[in-house]
Amino acid sequence: MILLRFAFYRLLTMLMTLLLVSALIFMIINLPPGDYLSNQIEELRATGQTNSVAKAEFLRHEYALDRPIIEQYFIWIGAIPGPHGFSGLLQGDFGWSFEFDQPVADIVGQALWLTVLVNLAAVLFVYLVALPLGVIAAARSKTWVDYTSAFVGYLGLATPNFLLALILFYYGHRYFNLPIGGLMAPEFEGEPMSFDKMKSILLHLIIPTFVIGTSGAAAMMQRLRANMLDELSKPYVETARAKGVPPAKLLAKYPLRVALNPFVADIGNLLPSMISGSVLVSVVLGLQTIGPALLAALKSQDQFLAGFILLFVALLTLIGTMISDVLLMLLDPRIRYGARK
Amino acid sequence: MEPLIEVKNLTIGFGNAEPTIKDVNFSIQKGETLALVGESGSGKTLSCRAILGILPSTAHIHSGEIVSNTGETSQDLLKINEKLFRKVRGDCISMIFQEPMRSLSPLHKVGHQVAEVLELHRSISKKKIKKEVLAQFKRVGFPDPERAYKSYPFEMSGGMLQRAMIAMAMIAKPDLLIADEPTTALDVTTQAQVLGLINDLQKETNMAVILVTHDLGVVANMADKLVVMNKGRIMESGTAKDILSAPAHPYTKKLFDAAPVIPISNVVVPAVPHDDLILDMKNISKTYVSRSSTPWKPATQIKAVRGVDLQLTRGKTLAVVGESGSGKSTCARIALGAELPDEGSHVHFYSESNADPIDVSALTRSERCGFQRQAQMVFQDPYSSLSPRMQIIDTLLEPLRIHKIGTKDERKQRAQDVLNLVGLEPSILRRYPHAFSGGQRQRLSIARALMMEPKLLVCDEPTSALDVSVQDQILDLLEEIRDARQLSYLFISHDLAVVSRIADEVAVMRQGRVVEQAPPCTLFANPKHPYTKALIAAQPEPDIDRPIDLNLVALGAGAPSSWADNFRFEDDNAPPLQELEPGHMVRCHV
Repeated sequence: MILLRFAFYRLLTMLMTLLLVSALIFMIINLPPGDYLSNQIEELRATGQTNSVAKAEFLRHEYALDRPIIEQYFIWIGAIPGPHGFSGLLQGDFGWSFEFDQPVADIVGQALWLTVLVNLAAVLFVYLVALPLGVIAAARSKTWVDYTSAFVGYLGLATPNFLLALILFYYGHRYFNLPIGGLMAPEFEGEPMSFDKMKSILLHLIIPTFVIGTSGAAAMMQRLRANMLDELSKPYVETARAKGVPPAKLLAKYPLRVALNPFVADIGNLLPSMISGSVLVSVVLGLQTIGPALLAALKSQDQFLAGFILLFVALLTLIGTMISDVLLMLLDPRIRYGARK
Repeated sequence: MEPLIEVKNLTIGFGNAEPTIKDVNFSIQKGETLALVGESGSGKTLSCRAILGILPSTAHIHSGEIVSNTGETSQDLLKINEKLFRKVRGDCISMIFQEPMRSLSPLHKVGHQVAEVLELHRSISKKKIKKEVLAQFKRVGFPDPERAYKSYPFEMSGGMLQRAMIAMAMIAKPDLLIADEPTTALDVTTQAQVLGLINDLQKETNMAVILVTHDLGVVANMADKLVVMNKGRIMESGTAKDILSAPAHPYTKKLFDAAPVIPISNVVVPAVPHDDLILDMKNISKTYVSRSSTPWKPATQIKAVRGVDLQLTRGKTLAVVGESGSGKSTCARIALGAELPDEGSHVHFYSESNADPIDVSALTRSERCGFQRQAQMVFQDPYSSLSPRMQIIDTLLEPLRIHKIGTKDERKQRAQDVLNLVGLEPSILRRYPHAFSGGQRQRLSIARALMMEPKLLVCDEPTSALDVSVQDQILDLLEEIRDARQLSYLFISHDLAVVSRIADEVAVMRQGRVVEQAPPCTLFANPKHPYTKALIAAQPEPDIDRPIDLNLVALGAGAPSSWADNFRFEDDNAPPLQELEPGHMVRCHV
C-alpha cells in the first residue's frame, strides 16, 4: 500500500520534472542566436540563390519559427495550436528535421529502439559483471582474486572506448568470426522483425555491449567492493557467523543486502551517462543508434530533432531513477518506513 | 565432573607480533556463570571468539586446546573442521553482543533473524519454528510477541533489542551462552532486566554462561567464578566470592579502586548558591511532532522535555541523570542552542558575572558566533566524534579557522598548550585518530572542545564508552581542567556513581521532568523520590554480600499512579518541585 502510494507520487513528480526538462532543453537549444532556417537563409542570400529563400521563409512560417520562443515551446509540446492546429509532442507529432528533410519520427524510429536495446544490454552487462566480481573481490579482499579483478577493472576504466572497440573488432572477427560494425547484417535493414534478424542483432550486440559497459562495470565493481568491505566489518555479520550461517549464504543474505543500496541507486545515473558515452562509440562502430543523429542535429541547430532526442534521454533517466527509487523502497525497510514518518 | 568447556594454554596472535593473548586457562561447568573481567584490549573478547570459532581472519592460534563436552563426546574445538564447527555455533554455544542496535541486521525482521537459528540447526517446519520463536519472545518479556516478530530493529529500543538478541541466543537451548558486555550500552534498570532475564533462563535450562564485562558491580551480582585478564594474560582467577572479598593481585585491586561507587555519607553539604549563574534555563519544554502514517490521522506529539528549570552556577558542575528517553540529552542540546525549545522557554547564558544575558533560544548570526566560542560540547563516543580523515592538528585548528582566531603560529601554540593540558604529547599533532585508544581519543575530543577557550562545557555521557580505569582518568582530567580554567560543566550521564563524583549538584530527570534535585551527598544519602530510589537501587555494586534483587529493581519505579501518596499523580498532572531542605528539591505534594 505504502509502495503503491509512493510509486504514484513518484510518477507525478516524474512528469513534472519531465515538463521542466523539456522547457530547459528547448531553451538551451535556442540559446545560440538564429535557428536552422535563418542560418540557411543567410547562406542562400550570400550565395545569391534568392528563389530558394522564399521556400525557406515559407518553412519558417510553417514551423512557427518566426514566433516568440515561448510560443514556439508551447507549440512544440502541443499545449497551444500552431499553424496547423494542435500538433506537438503531446499529440504524438515529433516535428520535422530540417537537416535530414524528414519527419523526426522517421529518422529516430528504429534507431530509438536500437539505442534502448544497446544501452539496456550494456546496463545489464554492467550489473551482471559488477555484482559477482565486486562481492568476490570484497569477500577475498587482498588476495590474488581481488588484485586481478581490480587490475582488469582499471584496465577497462583506463582504455578509451573507441580503442577497445577497434581491438575487440579485430580479435572478435579473427577468432570468433564476430561481425564488424553496425547493429545487424545489411540485408535485414529496413526489414520487419524476424527470427534471423533478431539473431543477427544479438550477434552484433556483443561487442558494443562490452565496449560501452566495461568502464561502467569496473567503476561499479570497485564501489560495490568498497561498500561490501564496510559492511563486512559490521557487528551484525559477526552475529550471523555466531549463529552458524554458512559463508556463501551469510554473504548474500546480510552484507550484500545492505551494500546493494548504492548499487541499485545507480541505475538512474547509469543510463544517461551510457547514452552520452555511447555517442562516440556509435560513430566509431557505425551503430544505427540515435547518437550520430543527435550529434548532427546539435551541430546544425536542428531544433526539433535535437530536442526530441534529448527529451527522450531525459525520459530514460527519469524512468531509471524511478525504478531505482521503487526498488530501494522494496529492498530497504528503513526507507520504506522512513517515508511514513 | 567434566567441565563443559575447558580452555587450555590458549595463545593467539596477529601476524608475527607478540601474541595478543597468552597461556589463557579457564573452565566452566554446566549451570555455572564465569565472569571474564578486564579492560578493553585485555583479550577477553578474543578468548570468547576463539571458543565460538569466529576469530578475525588475521588472527592465528599459536597453541592451546578448547575441549568441549557439549555434545555426546568430548572434542577439541580448535581441531574440528569448519563445517562441524558451524553446527556447534548457535546450537551448542551461542553469543550475545554488546551493541544490540548494530548486532542485528537492519534490513531483516527481528523475528526472521531469530528464526534463522532454528532453520539452520533444526529440521522442523517453518510454522513450528515461528511458534517456538513467539514462545521464546514471550519468555524474554515481549508484551506483544507477534508484533515484535514483525518489527525491524530500528523500530525497537535498545533494551528490547537486547531481549531479542537473548531470544536469538537462547532459542536453540545452547549449553553455553557467551555474553560479551551485554548491558554496557543500557541504562541501569534495563541492565537489571537483562541480567535478571539471563539468570532466569539459566536456571530454567541449566546452561553455562560466560559473562564478559568490565563492570565489577555486574560481576558481584551474577558470577560464580571470576577470571581477571590484563594485556592478554590471566591475572587472577577463582570463585567470585574469594576474589571480590579479598582481591590478591594488584591489578584486580586497581580495578576495584577505579570502579566508581555511590558514596554513602551523612555529611550535610550546603546548597549550591544560585546567585552567579552562567546558564539559566527556565521552563524548558520541547515537543517533537511525528507525522502519522496516514494523512487523515492527526500527528502525534512527543513531549521530550516538559517544563524543566536548570540553573548552572559559574565554576560548578550541574549533572543531569536519567534513563534513556528521559530528555536529558535534549536539554543539553537546547542549552547549546543546537535545538530550539518550545514557545515560552528561556535559555539565558551569562558570559561574565554581570554581563547582559544572551538568549540562546533566539540567537542572531553574530550572537551565535560569539556564543559558540564560549560554549562547547564533549561527545559520548570518541570513536565517531573525531573525523577519521583529518589529522589531529586539523581537527583542533578547525574551530579557530572558522572563527578566524589568531595567526598560524598562535593557533599552533594554542593546540600544543591544550594537548599539554589534556595530558597528550604535542608530537601527535600530525597523526590520525585511528592511532589512539578510546581514552586518548576522549582526551582529544576534550582538547577539541577546549580550543575555543570556552567558559561552559556540555559533556554528554563523556565516559560511558570507556573502561573503568580510563573513565577514572578522564574524570580526573575534567576536574583538573575545570579548576584550572574556571569552567562550568553541564554534565549529562546515566551513571549515578560517575555523577556522585564530579557533580556539585544533581538533577534527576524522568520522562521530561526533573523529579529531584540536590547536591550529590544529600541526594544519595537521603533520596526522597521513588524514581531516584529505584535508580540508586538498580546500580550494581562490587560487593558480593550486597547483591541487588535483579527482578525487583528491574521493575524500576513503576508508573506514577503506583507511587506513595505524596508523589503519586495521574495523567499529566505532576506535582510541582518542593524544596524539602535547603538545596534539596523534590517533585511531590506537600
